Amino acid sequence: MPYIPHTAKDIEKILKAVGAGSAEELFSQLPAASRLKGPLAIPDGLSEQDLLSHLKALSSKNSTVEEYSCFLGAGAYNHYIPSIVDAVISRSEFYTSYTPYQPELSQGTLQAIFEYQTLVCQLTGMDVANASLYDGATAVAEAALMARRITGRQGIVLASALHPEYRETVATYLTGTGDHLSQALYCAETGTTLPESIDAACDDNTACVIIQHPNFFGSLEDIEAIAEVVHRKKALLVVAVTEAVSFGLLKSLGDSGCDIAVGENQSFGNPLSYGGPYLGFMATKSEFVRQMPGRLIGQTVDREGRRAFCLTFATREQHIRRERATSNICTNHGLCALAASVHMVSLGSGGLRKLAALNLSKAEYLKKKLKESGVEAAFTSPTFNEFTVKVKGGAEAALKKLLDKKIIGGLALKRYYPELGEHLLIAATEMNSKEEMDNLAGLLK
Amino acid sequence: MEANGTKGLVLEEPLIFEKSFPGRAGIGPAPSDVPEADPASVLPSKFLRKGIEGFPDISEMDAARHYTRLSQWNFGLDSGFYPLGSCTMKYNPKINETAARLPGFAMLHPYQPEHLSQGALELMHSLEGYLAEISGMEAITLQPSAGAHGELCGLLMMAAYFKAQGKPRTKIIIPDTAHGTNPASSHLAGFKVVPVKTEGKGALSVEMVRAVMDEDTAGLMLTNPNTIGLFERNIKEIADLVHSKGGLVYCDGANMNAIMGLVKLGDLGVDVVQLNLHKTFSTPHGGGGPGSGPVGVGKVLEPYLPCPRIKKEGGKYSLDFNRPDTIGRMKAFYGNFSIMVRAYSYIRRMGGAGLKRASETAILNANYIKERLKGTYHLAFDEPCMHEAVFSDKFQLGSGISTMDIAKRLIDYGYHPPTVYFPLVVHGAIMIEPTETETVDTLDRFIEVMKAIAEEAKTNPQLLKDAPTKTKIRRVDETRAAREPILRWK
Amino acid sequence: MEFPKDLKYTKEHEWVKVEGNIATVGITDYAQDSLGDVVYVELPQEGASVTKHEPFGVVESVKAVSDLYSPLSGSVTEVNDAIVDSPEAINEDPYGDAWMIKVEISSDSDLGDLLTADEYQKFIEEEK
Repeated sequence: MPYIPHTAKDIEKILKAVGAGSAEELFSQLPAASRLKGPLAIPDGLSEQDLLSHLKALSSKNSTVEEYSCFLGAGAYNHYIPSIVDAVISRSEFYTSYTPYQPELSQGTLQAIFEYQTLVCQLTGMDVANASLYDGATAVAEAALMARRITGRQGIVLASALHPEYRETVATYLTGTGDHLSQALYCAETGTTLPESIDAACDDNTACVIIQHPNFFGSLEDIEAIAEVVHRKKALLVVAVTEAVSFGLLKSLGDSGCDIAVGENQSFGNPLSYGGPYLGFMATKSEFVRQMPGRLIGQTVDREGRRAFCLTFATREQHIRRERATSNICTNHGLCALAASVHMVSLGSGGLRKLAALNLSKAEYLKKKLKESGVEAAFTSPTFNEFTVKVKGGAEAALKKLLDKKIIGGLALKRYYPELGEHLLIAATEMNSKEEMDNLAGLLK
Repeated sequence: MEANGTKGLVLEEPLIFEKSFPGRAGIGPAPSDVPEADPASVLPSKFLRKGIEGFPDISEMDAARHYTRLSQWNFGLDSGFYPLGSCTMKYNPKINETAARLPGFAMLHPYQPEHLSQGALELMHSLEGYLAEISGMEAITLQPSAGAHGELCGLLMMAAYFKAQGKPRTKIIIPDTAHGTNPASSHLAGFKVVPVKTEGKGALSVEMVRAVMDEDTAGLMLTNPNTIGLFERNIKEIADLVHSKGGLVYCDGANMNAIMGLVKLGDLGVDVVQLNLHKTFSTPHGGGGPGSGPVGVGKVLEPYLPCPRIKKEGGKYSLDFNRPDTIGRMKAFYGNFSIMVRAYSYIRRMGGAGLKRASETAILNANYIKERLKGTYHLAFDEPCMHEAVFSDKFQLGSGISTMDIAKRLIDYGYHPPTVYFPLVVHGAIMIEPTETETVDTLDRFIEVMKAIAEEAKTNPQLLKDAPTKTKIRRVDETRAAREPILRWK
Repeated sequence: MEFPKDLKYTKEHEWVKVEGNIATVGITDYAQDSLGDVVYVELPQEGASVTKHEPFGVVESVKAVSDLYSPLSGSVTEVNDAIVDSPEAINEDPYGDAWMIKVEISSDSDLGDLLTADEYQKFIEEEK
């Protein structure tokens, strides 16, 4: 039997030691009436070789973003992952270890996550970051709950230009504790959330306003102007980022008046993998640290005064505070955080800036080519590597036509925004060549 | 006995930021094949940043060395025996890693058209089927990212069910042996926790539940096998009682590794259960995730499952968003797909008979440890256990030795300590879960070491107080970490 | 372990010193010893009202968290901010420097059920 090393002799030895005549005696605490009589209806086990053949056959029923030119973003971005990332996360000292409960045996994980926390602080311009959350959507939901704890208020205002699946996740998370949700609508001209719209959506029970930047349409939000309104209402500003490569160019959230920065770090080091596992991040101001969800690694010393790291502020967490914990999260996405760190570190400050600039260049080029084909940007605001266009005849028809030429042209927005029937959300990253973009623009002419 | 830990060259390594040298470059992006856009002319200056203060600049080789050195300070399942109770640290098969990295799985965008994702959807659909078969539930959602996330998902479905009946219920019963995530998830789902004391019995009785179950109570959340490593024998009768009051039974399936192919939770009256793929189904824990926490439900909760569902019609797979009673969604996209690939790979490698054998062997291994250590360490409950055995430091306290000292001394012998100080109902708990993938030789050696430590506790307790001594660092000052927090490099 | 005779005690391990209509409240030597190294304390604002048997704050060690229960009802006249900055004082001097709040006792607050030092000592013997 795979992975079970016991020989008949071993089993005999165990039974003798425990004083049982047969293994059955040990299962006597299971209710006899409910014991399964027959085998599980699961196919017989495969040899490793046959299993791999089967998995390859199954995976070949999919078409990858290498086989197709892919212009999809919308919260999951196709970026080049340097080989060093997989080399590091494939070290079994990292991937086969548990949560670092025993610091003496886990300094590798602990230091790596401490460094990750620091990198997230540097990118976001915030004071303190946690060890990770599941994904961008759940990070937003956790930020909403955190804002409630900090302010004692209940209302949550979501920008309608926040990722629709993030909004849905927040709504699901909040059903248990009274939703108090409202929306701040995007401006049809700019594609951004105007301060007036935020102002109208807030009241004196608003705990926080949650916007996305660049937002779901790819548009850059005027965070400072929004922060001014939000803070006047004595609420907190939560800014979600789904495309973390944008940090390489865009002004830091901390410098823009953000109180809680959350989002998705998948862009760093984590493959698309059909939607997961990804990497939720959260960073905030020092004064809010006790209200943060999730694990935190701190620096300290060992008995001999050497630098050491350990889990800290654990009294916020479920295993100690139980129903009064800041979150129910336990297992988080540690290995994804390690992958992200390795990618960030291997880019370095210069590399990250170049990568971000390259993404901007690609998107600007594609915008220009599309415009030459008569496909206009839908909104006036500036964008980073993703933007929305209007396609005559409807986005869905255009996507169908492109698929025939092995191009996944982007995301039709109609399903999420019924009023945007002709709108197509397009992302361009360093993975999209000039040739691909020329093809896309040519076919949409 | 000589300690197992031996000498080895372990190198010091600074923080990555301390290795940084301005201008040094690692792996930059490819050159641009399109005209370069000048950010300052494309974007208004208010959107732009100058640089990223403190961000490291190091060479690729320095990065490789940095992380290799850090990894050497870690202890993984591949390093040695890791009997962490309640965590099911079984072998993480390498074929699973190969499987998850196949381009046909790793390079799929979640929004790519369904007809280009048939293999992924088929895998997910099959995995749902296998998990339903193993747990005895009607339907499975693969969406939740971890056990606690699955708990929240299941509890929100329970809340939705009562709401749909026009009679929302406000409370949930949770025994004192529960994982902390249970009350935390319940609170988040809007339920008030009604704790039940198991009063030193280790298991729930019908009477304990009867005393608190009423028609404002959504039901019972229990772990089975429970955190003491015992099967909740009265589960069927307890479930009948809960159902007779209109309630539902949530089972925390964290300990499924003990019952695959032996009993099905669905047959025992369980209405909803979460399964931890990173425990029972061999996916690695990654130093703290990612895991995956699928949820199985019986018929009554099926309409409330999160969206989308995976549908199979005429040999074609699709995502079904049209579910009017759904609770919504637990996260973006469909769940931790690459973890599902690993669990699928495990299940297909094992087959139905292999899974059953895994559970049987896990029980054998746990009982072997329990039986052979029970005179040496105080056994919390002396009866046949399931997948784990819970001891305590009661016999050692007289020498001034506590569970923490025993745990730390084990490190010097080359073992990861068991789960300690949990469950809370056992004072100074030492919770040992060997899993089925360990040989009897490994268990023998561990048992000998545990006995040697008990002896040391009597004859030379200072050895335990000083432990560990062979690790890169000694015991850490957690008080200082909390009193003078340093949560980032500056 | 010390239990000064001039103080009153509660079963939640707080001590009270009543002087006129002002009560000073802290946690006992036994409480600080059970918690271990205290790393954090959260106290109410001056002017807040506290209610008998209800939590008025929180005290945390590395691995435990405990509510602080008010032994009486009234309004907070003074808060010991010094222990918020150096919570180790709670371990070092629980009855002295590490007093927590001073409360102006409300007229209807019942002090009859507070324990004497002897009664409290007996209570914790039984609890052990």
